[in-house]
Amino acid sequence: MKAIITILAVAALASVPLWLRDPYLLNALITTGIFVIGAMSLNLLLGFTGQLSLGHIAFFGIGAYVSALTSLGFDVGLPGDVRLVHAPWPPIAGFVLAIIVAGLCGYFVGLLSFRVRGAYFVIVTISFAEVVRLVALNWVELTQGPLALTNIPSIALPLPGVGELTLRTKLQNYYLVLVVALIAYLLIARLVHSHFGRSMRGLMENETLAVSVGIDVTRTLTIAAVISAAIAGAAGSLYAHYIRIIDPEVFAFINTVTMVIMVITGGKGSLAGPVVGGLIFGLLPVALRPVMAPEAQWIAYGGVLIAILFVLPRGIVPSLAQRFRRRRTGRTAPSPVALAETAAKEPA
Amino acid sequence: MTARSIAMTIDQVAVRFGGLVAISDMSFTVGEGEIVSLIGPNGAGKTTAFNVMTGFLTPSAGRVTYRNTALAGLKPHQIADLGLIRTFQRTSVFPNDTVHDNLLIGLHRQGRVRLIDAILGLPGARASERRLRQRAGELLEWVGLERRAHDAAGSLSYGEQRLVGVALALAAEPSMLLLDEPVSGMNASETHRFVELIRSIRDRGITILLVEHDMPMVMTVSDRIVVLNYGRIIAEGTPDVIRNDPAVIEAYLGHGAGHA
Repeated sequence: MKAIITILAVAALASVPLWLRDPYLLNALITTGIFVIGAMSLNLLLGFTGQLSLGHIAFFGIGAYVSALTSLGFDVGLPGDVRLVHAPWPPIAGFVLAIIVAGLCGYFVGLLSFRVRGAYFVIVTISFAEVVRLVALNWVELTQGPLALTNIPSIALPLPGVGELTLRTKLQNYYLVLVVALIAYLLIARLVHSHFGRSMRGLMENETLAVSVGIDVTRTLTIAAVISAAIAGAAGSLYAHYIRIIDPEVFAFINTVTMVIMVITGGKGSLAGPVVGGLIFGLLPVALRPVMAPEAQWIAYGGVLIAILFVLPRGIVPSLAQRFRRRRTGRTAPSPVALAETAAKEPA
Repeated sequence: MTARSIAMTIDQVAVRFGGLVAISDMSFTVGEGEIVSLIGPNGAGKTTAFNVMTGFLTPSAGRVTYRNTALAGLKPHQIADLGLIRTFQRTSVFPNDTVHDNLLIGLHRQGRVRLIDAILGLPGARASERRLRQRAGELLEWVGLERRAHDAAGSLSYGEQRLVGVALALAAEPSMLLLDEPVSGMNASETHRFVELIRSIRDRGITILLVEHDMPMVMTVSDRIVVLNYGRIIAEGTPDVIRNDPAVIEAYLGHGAGHA
């Protein structure tokens, strides 16, 4: 059943460019897809380990800048009269480096904050994003600061024997984003259903007990942070090469908030949740644009968010899945999970 | 009983929380394959002692060694790797997971495969998963919860949750098991079955240290009993010795318990 829905969903998404010719809508779908990848990576932390990264856009932005700078090249002075010169590399190398560098940043942020966790992780991630934004804004020689990095080349896929395929059109970029999103989805799904995913769930549900059966908290959370950051970095790289211009605004806090909203409305801790939430909140601006000003749109998002969480408190996907299950089994009894939640709240 | 080799040594352990002395100068040993009970009134320091032995708490003084390894400075998960596994009074399950998945989480130590193998679904990782699922099934059968395998652990009765907690601990392949009030919340017949379970665990060569309030149960199952009061050991010996120890009767069992 689940497999059928997944295949149908992928087929539907793959068929979109065949019947949707409007370049504006296709563009909206591509940027939405990129943000969906970001939301999926955030969900790996927030939904499966319970750690809220409120600076998640930092990993996305780092991926974007690393990828852009790798493919544009740079020439910067370092202290001590050293000049660091880098000749342009192919964008695909930038994509790979973006993943590696963002993953390393995730490692250090995790290492710094997971010894104490909880609120500290939230604070460290917010600070990290702000520091990175200030660096991007002020290291003008490297990043052009507010003048933005422009003329970022499109991704080119090396095809053996044929040469290179430069992905310039929206159609090509749509499929590129779709493929990367599918890979990210499968990676996260495999991870969550593996031995490692069970360790993450155990830590989230009952850390003391998880530790007592031999699960290493710091290691597990750090690995989750690395993978999450690496996927966010990949999304950032796609963004840079698709939009072809990036400035420090990419690090804006509102972008992180958007991802958090996507995850929570879609359903944190559910694989499809960020995809559903991401599509809704990615495409909502398109739907609202003709009828209201951008400022009013933010208010509308707030309204939609509250409405969704009011009707479906655990997020769209988990709540609907639960209703569907209940209808099939013809039971009106609360689900085991709901029972477990009340049981957990009772003082033992 | 004197011929047993020693599994765990608690040597002059003291725990102070500020001015409060939770444990003072506690020393005793647990032999390999022995069932030892730690008893005492509420607040006597039993759970504190467990927390020290499993690395959740650093003692103010003294040392704990398990099979010749000093536990000082080890984190709880590292102590678990030595085969020293505990259960908890309250937080005994992963409530939102099924009982079967609870055990799979408990089997963590048996299922370490490389992350990349798991992600790529390589044969080694798949074989390991199959092994773990089979092992989880066996453990459920052992504690008698196979009917509940696919229910959320949080929806079980407290007595059953206790059993899941023990099965989880067994999943971690302990060489020594520390049980913190395992039969609280169980009715008489569940307790009776649990005593059988403890014996069968010991018969597999697993050393057991038990903290429990249920005196008849403690007297039936223990090889040896250590009695704590106000953080201090006031008596130690076989159930018969403890039953007739004047200091224990005075402090804990109360008059008339000698005839229990």
